[in-house]
Amino acid sequence: MTSQVDQSEAVDGSDGDEGRSGPGEGRSGPAVPVGPQHRGAKPIRRLDRVIIRFAGDSGDGMQLTGDRFTSETASFGNDLSTLPNFPAEIRAPAGTLPGVSSFQLHFADHDILTPGDAPNVLVAMNPAALKANLPDLPRGAEIIVNTDEFTKRALAKVGYGADPLEDGSLEAYHLHKVPLTTLTLEALKESGLARKDAERAKNMFALGLLSWMYHRPTHGTESFLRTKFAKKPLIAEANVSAFRAGWNFGETTESFAVSYEVPPAKLPPGRYRNISGNLALSYGLIAAARRSGLPLYLGSYPITPASDILHELSRHKNFGVRTFQAEDEIAGIGAALGAAFGGALGVTTTSGPGVALKSETIGLAVSLELPLLVVDIQRGGPSTGLPTKTEQADLLQAMFGRNGEAPVPIVAPATPAECFDAALEAARIAVTYRTPVFLLSDGYLANGSEPWRIPAVDELPAIEPDFATGPNREDGAFWPYLRDPQTLARPWAVPGTPGLEHRIGGIEKQDGTGNISYDPANHDFMVRTRQAKVDGIEVPDVVVDDPSGEARVLVLGWGSTYGPITAAVRRVRADGGEIAQVHLRNLNPFPANLGTVLRSYDKVIVPEMNLGQLALLLRAKYLVDAQSYNQVRGLPFKAAQLADVLWAAIGNLDEEDNR
Amino acid sequence: MSEKFPSLKLVPKVEAPQSAKDFKTDQEVRWCPGCGDYAILAAVQAFMPELGIRRENTVFVSGIGCSSRFPYYMNTYGVHSIHGRAPAIATGLASARRDLSVWVVTGDGDALSIGGNHLIHALRRNVNLKILLFNNRIYGLTKGQYSPTSEVGKITKSTPMGSLDAPFNPLSLAIGAEATFVARTIDSDRQHLQSVLRAAAEHEGTALVEIYQNCNIFNDGAFEVLKEPGTRDEALIRLEHGQPIRFGADRARGVFRGADGELTVGAVTAENESAVLVHDAHAAGPATAFALSRIADADTLHHTPIGVLREVRRPVYDELMAEQLDTATAERGPGDLATLLAGADTWTVD
Repeated sequence: MTSQVDQSEAVDGSDGDEGRSGPGEGRSGPAVPVGPQHRGAKPIRRLDRVIIRFAGDSGDGMQLTGDRFTSETASFGNDLSTLPNFPAEIRAPAGTLPGVSSFQLHFADHDILTPGDAPNVLVAMNPAALKANLPDLPRGAEIIVNTDEFTKRALAKVGYGADPLEDGSLEAYHLHKVPLTTLTLEALKESGLARKDAERAKNMFALGLLSWMYHRPTHGTESFLRTKFAKKPLIAEANVSAFRAGWNFGETTESFAVSYEVPPAKLPPGRYRNISGNLALSYGLIAAARRSGLPLYLGSYPITPASDILHELSRHKNFGVRTFQAEDEIAGIGAALGAAFGGALGVTTTSGPGVALKSETIGLAVSLELPLLVVDIQRGGPSTGLPTKTEQADLLQAMFGRNGEAPVPIVAPATPAECFDAALEAARIAVTYRTPVFLLSDGYLANGSEPWRIPAVDELPAIEPDFATGPNREDGAFWPYLRDPQTLARPWAVPGTPGLEHRIGGIEKQDGTGNISYDPANHDFMVRTRQAKVDGIEVPDVVVDDPSGEARVLVLGWGSTYGPITAAVRRVRADGGEIAQVHLRNLNPFPANLGTVLRSYDKVIVPEMNLGQLALLLRAKYLVDAQSYNQVRGLPFKAAQLADVLWAAIGNLDEEDNR
Repeated sequence: MSEKFPSLKLVPKVEAPQSAKDFKTDQEVRWCPGCGDYAILAAVQAFMPELGIRRENTVFVSGIGCSSRFPYYMNTYGVHSIHGRAPAIATGLASARRDLSVWVVTGDGDALSIGGNHLIHALRRNVNLKILLFNNRIYGLTKGQYSPTSEVGKITKSTPMGSLDAPFNPLSLAIGAEATFVARTIDSDRQHLQSVLRAAAEHEGTALVEIYQNCNIFNDGAFEVLKEPGTRDEALIRLEHGQPIRFGADRARGVFRGADGELTVGAVTAENESAVLVHDAHAAGPATAFALSRIADADTLHHTPIGVLREVRRPVYDELMAEQLDTATAERGPGDLATLLAGADTWTVD
């Protein structure tokens, strides 16, 4: 029996058994080895899922290594979910705990929802990476360490009194001691590279080794390396050589006795690619521009974790996309709003601190009633907070963070791939109702990735800008605030349209004419009308997932907690528990049936990566006793943790009944 | 036909001539009686027909302050935005829509205090914007606090013992911010004001026009020395490109470059007449324009230059932006959404 199988059982005790194909199946079944088959001289074991974590120094290229392994895994056809985790410093001091960067990947032969709670395999490039990640590892997990980095000095730097590789403290794990640096240098001694440059390819050696262990296709990585280093062929070939040497090392060395196979997942039919949240969001914006016929204009200021969207959109100027890197957050949204006045699909991208600066302009957009997308990739706060870590604590900021009564619709995607649909949905609302719209993603969705079924372009919803083309009064006048009776949207008359010249501004306007008005009754009417417009936005009803119809506890979430909540729900059901689930995509306005749904359960649990912001809104609006479960650790929930919370809620209810 | 206003080359033209009346709105003008803004409004309304462009392709964008009410009174498209942000909003509009003539109206508080950052970045980018900065050296709308152009020691409601901060010189600031067009004029001199507007409208890129504007309520007479028949000839230096910089009664005084390179003002004599500095608004380097912007006495306003201090050619931001789109399209073809979404690395599930 191999350690890997033991470990799968051990992991199943602590991790969500989310993926097992149906809720009726037992949750504690092991990841069954099928075989052993043999490849060459070594046995192959079959697993249904694996969680790997690559960890090293910030400069060790762990994100790249993880990305490549993810690409290989996606093209192989596994379902997958990823969690990059890195420090805010570009190069934190080498060899220290704060400098550790990691990339976790969960892949399986079935539908999975999270990057996994606990890794089966940890690749630790130095003592800091080992020390920082060991607490997350279940007993029996496999650890691959780069022994070359376990020097006295490096050990002392992170507070190891004795060498953990030698003192027996890792006996509960399956330890592979590999001199990755030495082996890489050996493999590259003919490469003509200086030692320092050659050494940098050790991440590719590690990737090669892992690719061998898990039967990943290698062609993609080799061509990726040749393209990435096209201008430095020496470096390109060295990386390819290191990658191959790592593979061959696995094949020949005795310390790796077994390799593992995770067969492709059975996803719904279609053409797939792997996609991260920020990439999906960028594509969603381009698609929204295409489907509306509006030119896309992004006004933005770089901020983690939103900058990738600015980078991505900047690459697609042949789609007519204009990207403007402004002098500050305020100018970013100002330019987007100016472009929107001119008839563009105006977008600004940022994170919480940027939203704070943009608040006044968002209020102006509410008053001008122009379409505008405000994309907030949330991160830990307050203030600068945790720039590279995730949180969902900007909900109330998006909802209320402006002076006066300034309602703004909010859309929140639940998964990385769903960021695409959410961008289209936000654009639909903005354009149809002439309003700024918040798109609330977060750092976990932004950087995490999953397979995405590529939609056909003509399946995508069309968005109708319906520009004003002529006067809207019988006397031939044009009133910029004469509303559509259905949507309460005002006409969008863009400069260049003759006869519709008009002036608008942030001062209160008279209903209809749009002239400045300080009339008390008019102001009361306008405030209520702007609110009614947002309240009246058509959003889909929530769909309740309650297979038995017997559940008395409802778990309700929003945003990126979807993965861990759903995994926890599957666990509870697999163990015979009854639990209903709802996940909100529209947070303002709430779906029309939400109140009824909430009231039809005895207990409502709301897990959030904040201190209860959605729960506060639900309690205020629906007078239901929604109970919060909160965590603000900069990391997503774990499925096991949430399953315990759900079981406790079910159990408490039973106790109350028996009282 | 060559373009009279190259910066408006993409803006649709009118068939029939317009008049000042065409640019007036039905809104009641709500500045204080006697405010310098009235004169500027009338001068701009009378000037606009000269551009020969369609009203619907003209947009006035403003921030907050007395001057920022301006768009309501122009029968064009207009946005009265928020404090200090007009250059940012106008940048988005102008860079998205090159077929528009975009004007920013702002004041000394709006442009130089709360909006200082946007102003300097608009100038360095050289977006096709015409920025009219009404400088009255006081806060009017908030009722009389000192502004970033108020003289040191200004007694106001917020500075009963006198203001402490040194003022900005808007033109020095603009030149330092890489502005390609920098000019100054005065509310009461319609002819000069319109000549500067004309030059600004001709300029391709961002034009900054500082307009000395009298606030008769909170800072009355701030520029009187430049307007009074008895003092103005000695106080004002009217700049004209290619002409020796002379001023005063009988043009008896002139600007000279001293041995140390600094500019000085002195009497023109038969001996030194040929040494009078000839104004070169198109000089590649900004040093002389900068020196001219600082030649006025900060306390008395004597030797205040008006006219175009600097006008140089530099690539225009919105033009470059559009060119990048064209280049990308020429090199890669118009974007195909289906290809983009599919990417390079896909697999099929049956």
